[in-house]
Amino acid sequence: MRLPKFKQSSVLPGFGLTLGLAILYLCLIVLIPLSGLFLKTATITWGRFWEVVLNPRALASYRLTFGAALFGAGVNAIFGFAVAWSLVRYRFPGRRILDAAVDLPFALPTAVSGIALTALYAPNGWIGRLLAPYGIKTAFSPLGVAVAMTFIGLPFVVRTLQPAIEDLDAGMEEAASTLGASRFQTFRQVIFPFILPAAITGFAMAFARALGEYGSVIFISGNMPMRTEISSLLIVTKLEQYDYAGATAIAVVILMASFALLLAINLTQWWFSRRLGRSRA
Amino acid sequence: MSIEARNISKTFGTFRALRSVNLKVDDGELVALLGPSGSGKTTLLRIIAGLEEMDPDGSSAILFHGENVTSSRAGQRRVGFVFQHYALFRNMTVFDNIAFGLRVRPRLLRPKESEIRKKVEELLHLIHLRELAPRFPSQLSGGQRQRVALARALAIEPRVLLLDEPFGALDAKVRHGLRQWLRRLHDEIHLTSLLVTHDQEEALEVADRVVVMRDGRIEQEGTPEQVYHHPRSEFVMDFMGNVNLFHGRIESGKAVFGSLILDHTEAGVPDGQGARLFVRPFELDITRHPNGLPSIKARVTRVQSAGAQVRIELSSESGQTVHVEMPHRRFRERTVAPQDNVYVTLLDSRIFLEEKS
Amino acid sequence: MRANALGRSDPSWLRALLIAVTVLFLGLFLFLPLLTVFLEALRKGLATYFASFTDRDARQAILLTLLTAAIAVPLNLAFGLVASWGIAKFEFKGKNFLITLIDLPFAVSPVIAGLIYVLMFGAQGWFGPSLEAHHIQIIFAVPGIVLATMFVTFPFVARELIPLMQEQDTEEEYAAISLGASGWQTFRRVTLPNVKWALLYGVVLCNARAMGEFGAVSVVSGHIRGLTDTMPLHVEILYNEYNFVAAFAVASLLALLALATLIAKTALEARLESRQRAKEAVDMEIVHEY
Repeated sequence: MRLPKFKQSSVLPGFGLTLGLAILYLCLIVLIPLSGLFLKTATITWGRFWEVVLNPRALASYRLTFGAALFGAGVNAIFGFAVAWSLVRYRFPGRRILDAAVDLPFALPTAVSGIALTALYAPNGWIGRLLAPYGIKTAFSPLGVAVAMTFIGLPFVVRTLQPAIEDLDAGMEEAASTLGASRFQTFRQVIFPFILPAAITGFAMAFARALGEYGSVIFISGNMPMRTEISSLLIVTKLEQYDYAGATAIAVVILMASFALLLAINLTQWWFSRRLGRSRA
Repeated sequence: MSIEARNISKTFGTFRALRSVNLKVDDGELVALLGPSGSGKTTLLRIIAGLEEMDPDGSSAILFHGENVTSSRAGQRRVGFVFQHYALFRNMTVFDNIAFGLRVRPRLLRPKESEIRKKVEELLHLIHLRELAPRFPSQLSGGQRQRVALARALAIEPRVLLLDEPFGALDAKVRHGLRQWLRRLHDEIHLTSLLVTHDQEEALEVADRVVVMRDGRIEQEGTPEQVYHHPRSEFVMDFMGNVNLFHGRIESGKAVFGSLILDHTEAGVPDGQGARLFVRPFELDITRHPNGLPSIKARVTRVQSAGAQVRIELSSESGQTVHVEMPHRRFRERTVAPQDNVYVTLLDSRIFLEEKS
Repeated sequence: MRANALGRSDPSWLRALLIAVTVLFLGLFLFLPLLTVFLEALRKGLATYFASFTDRDARQAILLTLLTAAIAVPLNLAFGLVASWGIAKFEFKGKNFLITLIDLPFAVSPVIAGLIYVLMFGAQGWFGPSLEAHHIQIIFAVPGIVLATMFVTFPFVARELIPLMQEQDTEEEYAAISLGASGWQTFRRVTLPNVKWALLYGVVLCNARAMGEFGAVSVVSGHIRGLTDTMPLHVEILYNEYNFVAAFAVASLLALLALATLIAKTALEARLESRQRAKEAVDMEIVHEY
């Protein structure tokens, strides 16, 4: 009986060397430092851990961070769909430039977007000025945090939806319309289910990204503890106070949430590809 | 430069691709490895080339002209390998593709650039593609690409030439042309060559010797004539061409297949032994009246023109479909039409005894 | 084009609405902020704008940003090349798991990326005491910044190369081997040219992130002006000092970098796409010539 082999034999050279080097580099830069985080967590007693993690200030930061991230991802899901649909299906002047611009939040350093958004939404900024008479305060409020998180998540939703819309089988839509379905019915019953996996993935990715966002948020938020302090800022504050344990505890919470989201994304893709027999979500 | 493969086995997971295969190719021969998918022919070829590792076994070996090359790497064996899908280097011109093997030689063994250029131009002339030297593979047709692949393999002056279904990806007319071209080339340069194919027509047309493989083993070896006209097993007979199959048994020195009764003089066969009759479509004739040859009654169901031949489909008394093939001229002499009742006569055939279960 | 034809099957009021929403949404969230950067930078005129860069601290920040990218990008590029060969050209158990591990830095918040290095090399970190004993400074010094940047830009090149190389078959490499090429020669002459656009694409993205990283670097740097300040950090310092014009001036440089990245990215994407389409067309061709 043959023992299951680790690697299929191949006459191409360099397997051991390249894989070895790659894994070494991976360990040094990523795995060992990350495991240091969990090791540190292990040195914290459970009591201390829950004390930090469930501290009212921490809880307030979760509410704000998760809430604003959810809001941002939601706004992106709705408007992002409109954007993706227009960019794929319609032709209008400036379309190509807009399409390229979608990646801006991805390419722009977060500090730059941070100060730009603040300048825009501050009480004396162009938009802040318009909203002030209505009593809507954007900068230095949770709303500002949500705006920043919408900005940062925008490309994730649009870029995930575009390929899905492109993949839509024109035949399906035409068949539906020849069978008498209204455009809305076609959308609800044919188009929507098809792009749903991509929408969910994009939403989750935008959400995950916004959870850990720092640079674009801390300028516009005002960073008031209990009110407009996001969790990543809380981590930094604790670090500056040399409270390594506290910083680590909060970091673990955020990290676990990110990993859970990543897992959810992968499961969604896997589940949908099983059900619908497609290899993409 | 002869090739010898001794006791080669190869297993992929639980699938046994090759079972202790022994193969010899004489110096200057062009041998075809013929068989269906999964027969192991490509695996054997790649193992000989060094592109695949065989199962470790003390008695296994690959020898080129007596020299054991089993432990040499593919690059050291100096084999010219032509891939099924050409595997031309996309990012290089035709010229650079052909020159590649010469340019990657270690500094000490590398010929001067001017010598390389000369060699490449000779080869371009050989394959009649001189004007296409600066083109990229994507700008060539399939047949042209395959010729470049061949030239590239020949550039390193290989000891043997190994071709993996080289014409499989081309359409019929191009395939025929390239087949003849390859044979003529072989007659010119006499390079020991091993060709893998699943097309029996190709093997019969091109090779000096044919080796039929099945399920990781060699079924039969011989000249094209031997393998086609004297198949030693049902599989080989069936694989080498279309065949009509009749079931029957041996009784008192005769082989009985329904109304077809033939002499069977093989000794030691018990009565009642099951037997199968294999007849090729062109080994059958159609007559209006029995003419003394073994025959069966049948009704013409379909007549089809297929190129130079006419294919006639008939239904025998027992309901079996029989295929007959004959040239147009003979068919016109027979004057038969669908729904006619005729006699199908046996010109030649082969009987195989059923294996005892 | 198919999509365009389909688009016209939507009622025109819907089209108008969606296009308007697109333009407004993108305009509001993308163009306005970008415009703001440049307008604020130029608020006090061109002279003040350029003066922001002659400031010594600003120049140091620019240099440090360039240095960090100059170290992090080539290293991650080398990793990407090495890893993609080992992963794409061979079959082995645990391959998918390895690929997931490589993607890990994407799932980690930048602040946490900085945190893990502080935990390792900070004064109270695992290696803190021994580093101090040898007078080696990693946190609050350039090495820490480089390491944190390497972490956050780790997967960029690899994740462009690996799927592409996995998609391409290995027959050309086998051909090269059979012709006598060594592993290195095969990689350099055959494999690499076939992935050059994806490689460039990965490098462009990697570089953009390396130069623009803020969160992770902020945590490890200590914000020491003129010493451990990258451009994004310098923007923050200036902003917190209410030196808005200077802050936006430095930010505008980064914004220009972002625009250059977007242009390069779009151009490369077009290249990659057209190569893919050309390949498909060739594969489907039925060739009739001899």
